[in-house]
Amino acid sequence: MDSLTSQRAGLESGEFSSVELVEATLSRAEAEGRTLGAVVGLRGESALSEAAASDSRLRAGEARSPLEGTPFLLKDNMVMQGEPTTCASKILEPFISPYEGAMAEKLRAAGAIVIGRTNMDEFAMGSSTENSIFGPSHNPWDPTRTCGGSSGGAAAVVAAGVTGYALGSDTGGSIRQPASFCGVVGMKPTYGRVSRFGLVAFASSLDQIGPMTRTARECAWVLEAISGHDERDSTSIPEPAPRLESALDGDVSGLRIGLPKEYFVEGGTDPEVLARVHAGIKELESAGAKIVEVSLPHTEYVVATYYLVATAEASSNLARYDGARYGRRAEGVQDLDEMYRRSRSEGFGDEVKRRILLGTYVLSAGYFDAYYRKAQQVRTLVRNDFQKAFDTCDLIAGPTYPETAFGLGAKVDDPVSMYLGDIFTVSANLAGLPAISIPCGFAEGRPVGLQLLGPALGEAGLLRAADAFQRRTDFHEKRPVLDGISERIQELEKAR
Amino acid sequence: MSRISPEDVKRTAALARLSLSDDEMESMTRDLDRILEHADQLKALDTEGIEPTAHAIPLRTPLRVDRAAPAIDPEQALLNAPLREGTAFAVPKVIDGEGE
Repeated sequence: MDSLTSQRAGLESGEFSSVELVEATLSRAEAEGRTLGAVVGLRGESALSEAAASDSRLRAGEARSPLEGTPFLLKDNMVMQGEPTTCASKILEPFISPYEGAMAEKLRAAGAIVIGRTNMDEFAMGSSTENSIFGPSHNPWDPTRTCGGSSGGAAAVVAAGVTGYALGSDTGGSIRQPASFCGVVGMKPTYGRVSRFGLVAFASSLDQIGPMTRTARECAWVLEAISGHDERDSTSIPEPAPRLESALDGDVSGLRIGLPKEYFVEGGTDPEVLARVHAGIKELESAGAKIVEVSLPHTEYVVATYYLVATAEASSNLARYDGARYGRRAEGVQDLDEMYRRSRSEGFGDEVKRRILLGTYVLSAGYFDAYYRKAQQVRTLVRNDFQKAFDTCDLIAGPTYPETAFGLGAKVDDPVSMYLGDIFTVSANLAGLPAISIPCGFAEGRPVGLQLLGPALGEAGLLRAADAFQRRTDFHEKRPVLDGISERIQELEKAR
Repeated sequence: MSRISPEDVKRTAALARLSLSDDEMESMTRDLDRILEHADQLKALDTEGIEPTAHAIPLRTPLRVDRAAPAIDPEQALLNAPLREGTAFAVPKVIDGEGE
């Protein structure tokens, strides 16, 4: 019962109750979840009493939604009333949310059970879930490797079968890249599709919440439940939640899949990854899709553009952590300026400081035009590239990431090499487009992700193609071997 | 040629209200220099006359009905206060005055 599909079936048939399911999930979260460094907080008692209430509704035939009684985890940057939210940062360590964020609110209203929080890179800044006060998350397929980031904990809990689904947030690939590394489905919806109310802001024009699941169909269920207009988020699209499951008819005949030539250049991507991605595209072609070549000529500029825009926005958003109203305040401060400086300097980790400094620099007098404004102009060119590409294709396919999961510690001291890996993921954020990563095979035993990108509000088309792919393949049914993983991780921690 | 000097980093850190140790100054200067070196490739692009994009999805400031609704309770708002006095957040003294 480790997938949302089997959990729904079991709850609906009465094979098990929500209380039994939540109990089993909590014990997996305590065991595998904590061992992998993927789970950072649990609310066992509250979850069990909510599950009991859910069971009453299920027995009375009053299920609130298809997610009734199913357990899941929030990423530790989504607030829930009365619960901690730390963003894996020392500065928010003491924070308990005084209000309910949109994700907790919507999914609880749908009858789903929040059982706890998943690990992440501090303030969602990173690609490996190593920048965390809780320590790194380990990849369930190979604990010596990262599970990606920043939603690494969320990807790991789904891959390890702790929960059937989890929520991630994606500012430059933070849902899709860990999904790719851990062999699960991860979707970043169109910007504005899902409310950001109660999501701790990193880069407001890029951040978007999305589901992480095993299958495209499960992704559709969760996305239907979390999307829709929210007047508390001024960037929320005034559209009702889309009907997605009805789009999953397995039919991709005539679907035009664009392959950007810039995504398939020699030497850029691991050849094994490219081979699996090509094979995945072939699978869709044999299901009736048509392959067309397209061009996204500004691809080589997207990483620089992204890091200028994202850090500028971050430097502004993170100005609120000043030690005055919430979060950690440095001890023994004499004056206000010292309170700000010491609370921030003691509270933020290295990567967050690096990004605040870069963002502050590119927004400062004398550099604004050369860096920030320039990046915003290139962002326009990137958007135009996609507009043009979607004139001749319905969706775009390519690798999610240039390689499979890299080793823990491999890039942590080399920020530029860490950033360059984001070349295929950041464009969807810059252009506001929906994109999904689905498992398309293995290279040396490690999962490979196939990324599909669609036009704005094109989630249904992406999920139809992803579901058609999964009807013909069984990569999403593979499970990592978790026997003895706890001992292996203990040895690794000792060796460090 | 370095793109950013230790003085630039120091000035930027002051703007961002961050204090950096000597080691941090050195590593941040080196890292920022390498990141800006990568960012400099944008200079090769001609963007004359291109409108900047601040938001990918065209947005208008949405309006809603102006109605009275309960706001957060002061006690709840103060739950996370590192230091409070009555119904206020307490911070170190800003202005010296009488009663010192």
